[in-house]
Amino acid sequence: MTSKLILLPILYQAFMAVILLFFWRRPQIQRVISVVGSAINVFICALLFQGVWVDGIVSVQAGNWVAPFGITFVADTLAATMVLLTSIAGLAVSIFSAGTIVRAQVKYGYFPIFHFLLMGLCGAFLTGDIFNLYVWFEIIIISSFVLITLGSEKKQLEGAVKYFALNMLASIIFLTALGILYGLVGTLNMADLSGKVAAVDNRGLVYVSGLFFFVGFGIKSALFPLYFWLPDSYHTPPFAVSAIFSGLLTKVGVYALIRVFSLIFTDDIFIDQVMLAIGMLTIFSGGVGALVQVNIRRVFSYLIICHIGFIIIGLGLFTEAAIAGAIFYLIHDIVVKTNLFLIAGLIFKIKGTNDMRKLGGLYDGWPKLTLLMAITLFSLIGIPPLSGFWPKVSLILGAYSLENYGAIAFILFGSVITLIIIAKMWSRIFWNPGPVLAVRPDFQYFADMSLKKRSLIVTPIVLLSAVTLYIGFGAEHIQQLSERISGELIDPTIYINAVLKPR
Amino acid sequence: MEILLALVIGLLYAAGIYMILRRSLVKLIIGLILLGNGVNLLIFLLGRITKGLPPIIPGELNTFAEAYADPVPQALILTAIVISFGLQSFAIVLIKRVYKVVKTDDLDELSLDEEYEQI
Repeated sequence: MTSKLILLPILYQAFMAVILLFFWRRPQIQRVISVVGSAINVFICALLFQGVWVDGIVSVQAGNWVAPFGITFVADTLAATMVLLTSIAGLAVSIFSAGTIVRAQVKYGYFPIFHFLLMGLCGAFLTGDIFNLYVWFEIIIISSFVLITLGSEKKQLEGAVKYFALNMLASIIFLTALGILYGLVGTLNMADLSGKVAAVDNRGLVYVSGLFFFVGFGIKSALFPLYFWLPDSYHTPPFAVSAIFSGLLTKVGVYALIRVFSLIFTDDIFIDQVMLAIGMLTIFSGGVGALVQVNIRRVFSYLIICHIGFIIIGLGLFTEAAIAGAIFYLIHDIVVKTNLFLIAGLIFKIKGTNDMRKLGGLYDGWPKLTLLMAITLFSLIGIPPLSGFWPKVSLILGAYSLENYGAIAFILFGSVITLIIIAKMWSRIFWNPGPVLAVRPDFQYFADMSLKKRSLIVTPIVLLSAVTLYIGFGAEHIQQLSERISGELIDPTIYINAVLKPR
Repeated sequence: MEILLALVIGLLYAAGIYMILRRSLVKLIIGLILLGNGVNLLIFLLGRITKGLPPIIPGELNTFAEAYADPVPQALILTAIVISFGLQSFAIVLIKRVYKVVKTDDLDELSLDEEYEQI
């Protein structure tokens, strides 16, 4: 039964996008369809997740071609979790878009493209074929190009050039790696690759291919030193767009790294060392970069980079505890980072600016909203018992068991620098009375909005904060989930058997 | 044949990377296109070139009697060509828009203004 559900999240998003195309000139109808459809999608993805949780890994062969020859779709626990998180973040951003995306942008096809992007994400998580993964990546980036340039303002176009050039380069590098790998082993199925790559005699070429994969996915997930495109482009598009980008787009790169380096290139000590070093440098450069920024969205963009370092360190350590920590962090990060950019949008709607030097007095004016934002900001730092705290425990335990004190130092450094940045932000934006701002003439402030529009902006933030609180207070469940995923990643035979010998 | 293709691929990669490192927007796109073509040839070459042996099983046999040309790399290349065609056409429209708005072809002139506010 579950195997029939695997393709449903992908097909459902495609269906949504096509339906939305029929209402090209009717923004109001598009908003309703997108929100209702995304809510149904959460239900579908929860069903898939529950099926995988009960039955274990399931796979389906496209067109019924036997496993290594056709395209396989696999839902293991990691993929099912990522799809579920995508649907939750998608619902939140869809509601937020209904409230904030201006009419003109909806008329240029915002909602259909948004759902095509979600389709690409689900496809990338669920595919079991490495060339198919490339195709999903291309669907993701072409949709994101449109979303990032929608509106064609000067800054947006300038950010888009960098975003576009580096993402296209990353795809080319990914394809190069894929070509070398296919030449070596003659298969594209990831489960099949796992055994065959280990048996190749020419280790040199295997390493070359592995490093190309690392660089290609590294650009997409904004690792040191290839992250400069991210803070230059993520603060330019509409807030809903940067929320979905920050929550999911860099994470799909991380997901691909986890998948490829736990399944295909497993025994490679050198790449593990490179990953550890890159992870540490990513934490350092992201954290230090965030310190000097004044635009809230740019601060958050650098924090994305900083926190991806945690996940990469976990992957580089490659012990069960460390990977469980990395997965837990990934789950927490998707929810929190999406919410952060929604919060940046809310602050912008309240004050009319995102410049920290001009902001202030939010606590005086909006105490309840401040409390709401505090939940997310504090779980970003990792104040116990909120969600950012628990994965760091696993990560540090994992590093300690390998006596890798450098990794521990950088994880702590990353946490402290996040604390400093959020504390600075807190005192500037919320406590400091702040300068009196000139009222912007054609700007609709949050205070003047209708109740309906206000609730469309606040509801998604409440929704994601509730999920964050659940991850924090129900940490035991998430820990169980992460440990199960980590077990599956460390021992890929379960995955391989599920694909090559389906029940 | 393999040697020739290997040289061409190397040349395409080198030229592509050289063009990407230039400051002009147009040259950046040309560089990406050259790299994309280099990749396609690379997949073609690494999929092993076999002449005159199509992957068709003769009527009287059940399996392949001898080595055959692998059709998968060609399918991959075809997909990659279509995808890169879409991306490149988007890229060309994008740089045209950028040129109209920013009035420059120089990547270094794109500003890093942090004061950007959006309505």
